[in-house]
Amino acid sequence: MPAPVAVRRRTRAGSARIRFGFAVIAVYVVAAAIGPWLFRYDPVGTRTADRLKPPFTRLSDGSFAIFGTDQVGQDLFAQMLQGARISIAVGLATLVLAGTIGVTIGLAAGYFGGWLDGVLMRLADIQLAFPSILLAIFIAALLGPSVVNVVIVLAVANWVTFARVARGQALATRRREFVDASRTLGAGTWRLVTRCVLPACVAPVLVVATVEIGHVILAEASLSFLGLGTPASTPSWGVTIANGRNYLADAWWISTIPGIALAFLVISLGVLGDALRDRYDPRLRSL
Amino acid sequence: MAAYVVRRLFFSLFVLWGAVTIIFVVLRLVPGDPAYIMLGPDADQAQVAALRAQLGLDQSLIQQYATYLANVVHLDFGESFRLNADSMSLVLQRVPATIQLATTALLLSLLIGLPLGVIAALRAHSWVDRSISVFSLMGQSTPSFWLGIVLILVFARGLKMLPSAGSGTWAHLVLPTITLALPFLAILVRLTRSGLLEVVHEGYVQTARAKGLGEGIVVLVHALRNALIPIVTVVGLQFGALLGGTVIVETVFAWPGVGRLLIDSIGRRDYGVVQASILLVATIFVVINLLVDLLYGFLDPRVRLAGD
Repeated sequence: MPAPVAVRRRTRAGSARIRFGFAVIAVYVVAAAIGPWLFRYDPVGTRTADRLKPPFTRLSDGSFAIFGTDQVGQDLFAQMLQGARISIAVGLATLVLAGTIGVTIGLAAGYFGGWLDGVLMRLADIQLAFPSILLAIFIAALLGPSVVNVVIVLAVANWVTFARVARGQALATRRREFVDASRTLGAGTWRLVTRCVLPACVAPVLVVATVEIGHVILAEASLSFLGLGTPASTPSWGVTIANGRNYLADAWWISTIPGIALAFLVISLGVLGDALRDRYDPRLRSL
Repeated sequence: MAAYVVRRLFFSLFVLWGAVTIIFVVLRLVPGDPAYIMLGPDADQAQVAALRAQLGLDQSLIQQYATYLANVVHLDFGESFRLNADSMSLVLQRVPATIQLATTALLLSLLIGLPLGVIAALRAHSWVDRSISVFSLMGQSTPSFWLGIVLILVFARGLKMLPSAGSGTWAHLVLPTITLALPFLAILVRLTRSGLLEVVHEGYVQTARAKGLGEGIVVLVHALRNALIPIVTVVGLQFGALLGGTVIVETVFAWPGVGRLLIDSIGRRDYGVVQASILLVATIFVVINLLVDLLYGFLDPRVRLAGD
């Protein structure tokens, strides 16, 4: 029996959104991976002759600055390619760390239950009742700006979603027949958790990760903008936008163009995350 | 209802205790001597020793924690030696500006977000709905510090219509409010739309239609009222993001609120003020969520009866 028209149309729209999301993100990833080799960026270089040149300017060395130059004469496009590398790398590293912490805690809470579940989930409640950017700002202020510290800070601020998803899956799986069967066959706790319960978490955790990575990249940019994220020598998009603030009167492009690149990446991640969630697990919508 | 109120009150206190404890733990977990971190590399030995004594770092961890809790209960975060005043009173002076900004942003979001969400739901899957969804997605994805800069470029530097920084008049409030409201507004549109779409097929909505009521009354009186119940909770939770957003918006627009004080104090390594501001914002957030929960129990009797 063919699916009703509305359902078919929505599924098709869903796959269009998924293709769009993947395509845009692929462009960003490729640009981040090979861009910095093609367009050299020297974090300490200064070329005073080329300071604050507007977009589409030919520079003194003959190169073409499509997005203009910044306050020390650096090509903005090259700087943004370097920034894409930093933002995407920080986003992925944060998700891996937050996902590992969250899934471990969630599995432990869901599988063992009892007081352990109570303690861990109250901890999650406390953290959700605390604006996560504030926690990130506080930890970042104490640790000081560095790429590793940003990853730690954002992972600590974002593990809860992963823990909740993993806990939900663990609760749903641990009483299933195939888990009981493995237990009867003599499988130990470690084997039951890693071989039976953990695989059930993979799909929803990946969906949540796609939804979250946009938030994480935005949070990294915000922290860097406040001077609490990546250090000034590491030109993530947030740092570049913050630098441009001092030159708004002469050079609007320094702050605005990286912001557009950032917003477009986050939008694409949002589209992809939503589409994947709608298709594979609409129950996750409340997260 | 009384039991429900008491239960929520205890949970709020518990969360606040948790927030205080997290701050204490983080301060002690960070590698290095807290006194040295707080004072920075240019501090001399006498200053470090004095701060160590003030923080009680020479005592056992349990004693330190007890002292810390006692100080927090008395709202005592020490003197701000950079600003020569009591840390908590410095923060309290800045609270009205932040509340003003957050409230106007909240009102703006409700005034625009709710109607847009209703329109999107009424015209679900049409081009109107799609345009609203695109707007909402862009609102959620736009970095607010960047939006603030663009608004300054266009409306302050380009058109010279509005001031770019500072406070005092209503004109000063316009750009920061829009910047702070946009992500919140975008989430509200989404929630209202999906909330309404979930209830439009419920029996009582069909009954209202079958009685011959106009579509406007069916939606606004019968459907929206019930759709609003889950929205209220999420609005409460998302208000935390809005409060967190004040830190960025106040920095961009030089708005004299708690958020900007927090960032300035981090730059000055004034950790008494930092802790006081973070705990104060967390407290505002917890109190608002307590009120939301109580309102929720009032709106939906199933909630307060569930645990009794």
